[in-house]
Amino acid sequence: MRKATLFAGLIAGFSTLALNAAQAVEIEYWQYVFDTRVKAMDQLIENFEKANPDITVKQTTFPYADYQTRVIAAKMGGQGPDVMQLFYGWLDKFVAGGLLQPLPADAFPHDKIESDFFPIVSAMKRGDDYYGLPTAVRSLALFYNKKLFTEAGLDPANPPKTLDEFVAAAEKLTKRDASGNLIVAGSTLDMGGQDHQWWREVLVRQFGGEPYTDNDRKVAYNTEAGEKALKFYTDLQTEKKIGQVGFMDEGQAAFRAGMAGMTIDGTFRLGAFKSIEGFEWGVTELPANAEGVRSNYASYFANGISATTSGEKLEASKKFLAYISSPEAMDVWLKTVGELPARRTAAMTEGNLADPIYGPFLKGLEYARTTMFVDEAAQRQNTIDMANRILLEGQSVKDSLAQGAAAEQAIIDAAAPK
Amino acid sequence: MRTKRLVWVWSFLALPILFYSVIRFYPTIEAFWLSLTNWDLLKPPQFIGLANYEKLFADPQFWKVFKNTFAYLVVGTPISLLLSFVIAYHLDRVRFMHGLIRGLYFLPYLTTAAAMAWVWRWFYQPAPIGVINNALGTIGIPQQPFIRSVDQALPSIMVTAIWAGLGFQIIIFMAGLRSIPNTFYEAARIDGLGEWAILRKITLPLLKPTTVFLVVFSSIGFLRIFDQVYNMTTNDPGGPLGSTKPLVLMIYQTAFSSYAMGYAAAQTVVLFTILLCVSLLQLWILREKK
Repeated sequence: MRKATLFAGLIAGFSTLALNAAQAVEIEYWQYVFDTRVKAMDQLIENFEKANPDITVKQTTFPYADYQTRVIAAKMGGQGPDVMQLFYGWLDKFVAGGLLQPLPADAFPHDKIESDFFPIVSAMKRGDDYYGLPTAVRSLALFYNKKLFTEAGLDPANPPKTLDEFVAAAEKLTKRDASGNLIVAGSTLDMGGQDHQWWREVLVRQFGGEPYTDNDRKVAYNTEAGEKALKFYTDLQTEKKIGQVGFMDEGQAAFRAGMAGMTIDGTFRLGAFKSIEGFEWGVTELPANAEGVRSNYASYFANGISATTSGEKLEASKKFLAYISSPEAMDVWLKTVGELPARRTAAMTEGNLADPIYGPFLKGLEYARTTMFVDEAAQRQNTIDMANRILLEGQSVKDSLAQGAAAEQAIIDAAAPK
Repeated sequence: MRTKRLVWVWSFLALPILFYSVIRFYPTIEAFWLSLTNWDLLKPPQFIGLANYEKLFADPQFWKVFKNTFAYLVVGTPISLLLSFVIAYHLDRVRFMHGLIRGLYFLPYLTTAAAMAWVWRWFYQPAPIGVINNALGTIGIPQQPFIRSVDQALPSIMVTAIWAGLGFQIIIFMAGLRSIPNTFYEAARIDGLGEWAILRKITLPLLKPTTVFLVVFSSIGFLRIFDQVYNMTTNDPGGPLGSTKPLVLMIYQTAFSSYAMGYAAAQTVVLFTILLCVSLLQLWILREKK
């Protein structure tokens, strides 16, 4: 008797499975593990499946350090995701490796993309095709510790607006003990953090130069402007003495611990800073130069469709990609992850712009640039080394800059398709 | 009877042999082949001859890394062996709280490298945050930059690696010391030999197998050093300015950050050759003289 029931149950189970398989298309979505991103995606998938009962989406995640390798290895193994997340800077590699297919123009018309999204989305375009669309974008801003501002006699409602004001405020914020040891840094100095982006896309331009030309394939900062920008940065430690590379190990750690008055960081840091309890902090736009020139660095993770996806899975993937780059999805992402919507209309709402935290980041997006890295880790390392040669080995700014420029050009040339 | 036992022996050995052939030996041989290609994970590997090796030997970064790796080996191995022998030699004679002291020495060996490295990063901070600089300050020694200096960073990291591996070496040395029969010592004492002579004539020669094992083991460990360096310099891996970067970290970055698999394979072949030569050389120097 019991056996019979079990058997009947099994049959029933198999038949429903078979039935579901016949009806539903399952597509697989890959991204890296980051708590809030996974949560936001779970919610988006739930909403999407409710609206499209015939499609199921399976989310698979990997640690960030492994993510790229996994995607590439999966492609070799012949079984990867249908829709995947990728950093904009990986696009060349992914396209060259045949991992992605161009977004079908019927579902994603170019004029719509270009009119609705922020212009930085052009970093996903190769030739005439777009290969992915972001849900959210990130930009940089200046975080400041309101408690330290008040203690130093600065107005926490009036953070620095220009580079000169930034240096002046940092000088006031810096505290040293009787033997001259740094206790509070005016501002963090951390090239390994976001400072390399600040130097490359912001400071170099503010001192009248250009970091690259020829679609970021020619290094162009080995000029007087680049030298001034690098000198401004290293002088913060050597002349103005408002901070020290390696102080509290990392810039963000120093700020979190309340031991740095200011730090330059991105939207992605908001989650970590929200749990700060010891003091109130504020956010303001990156300082302008004396002539009012501003710049910012924006980056994003986009979602693209795998080159091997076809047939009904492709149709399902198109629908899914369209949903996760819709204004509704962007709103979910902003609320859960804290990253800015990639569509202009979804981002530039009155509410968002008036928001004391999102406002400065959004304003930065308007004039932000996106560096077309060929090997982000290597190019960042090169900028770290450029500053370290001056700070640790006493090399002249001019020589270090020239050496760095040559080394970065070699990295770019080595990555060029042969 | 004999054949039956042989069949048994071989059937038990077959499994590990098969396992090792598939997951160890085959990939090793494959790495030799890959080092002659330009594989980047995405496109099928193309044979490019010795171009990877030419590039490697012309790369100033490789020679820097090569020098660093040997610095870890040449300085790290003797210091760690000497320290662990001295500690083991004395610990062997201590009865008071012997277990506790031994446990304290062994504890760092059980701790994960990542956790230790993070604690040491804070130790090495400038005053008033870093304990070491604080202590130096109170006795009037000027502040040291430690891991923020191109000259001091490598020794600073080496100290943590020696400290972490000490417990293991002490335990092995103590086991070696215990295995020397007491009767030898008794006989020597009756003959009126001093402590120093006993150490030189009895303890050290009889400890030779242990020493050989530890020299080879510790050398391979220092030649393959990675986790201490990587965890202590995560913001600027192998920095500042590559002054602490060992060969394994360079391989890791070439393979999993730049995805130049062929080039990384060439580097592993070089590392393999170095490991092989160093180990054979040590075994030859420390061989039993017949």
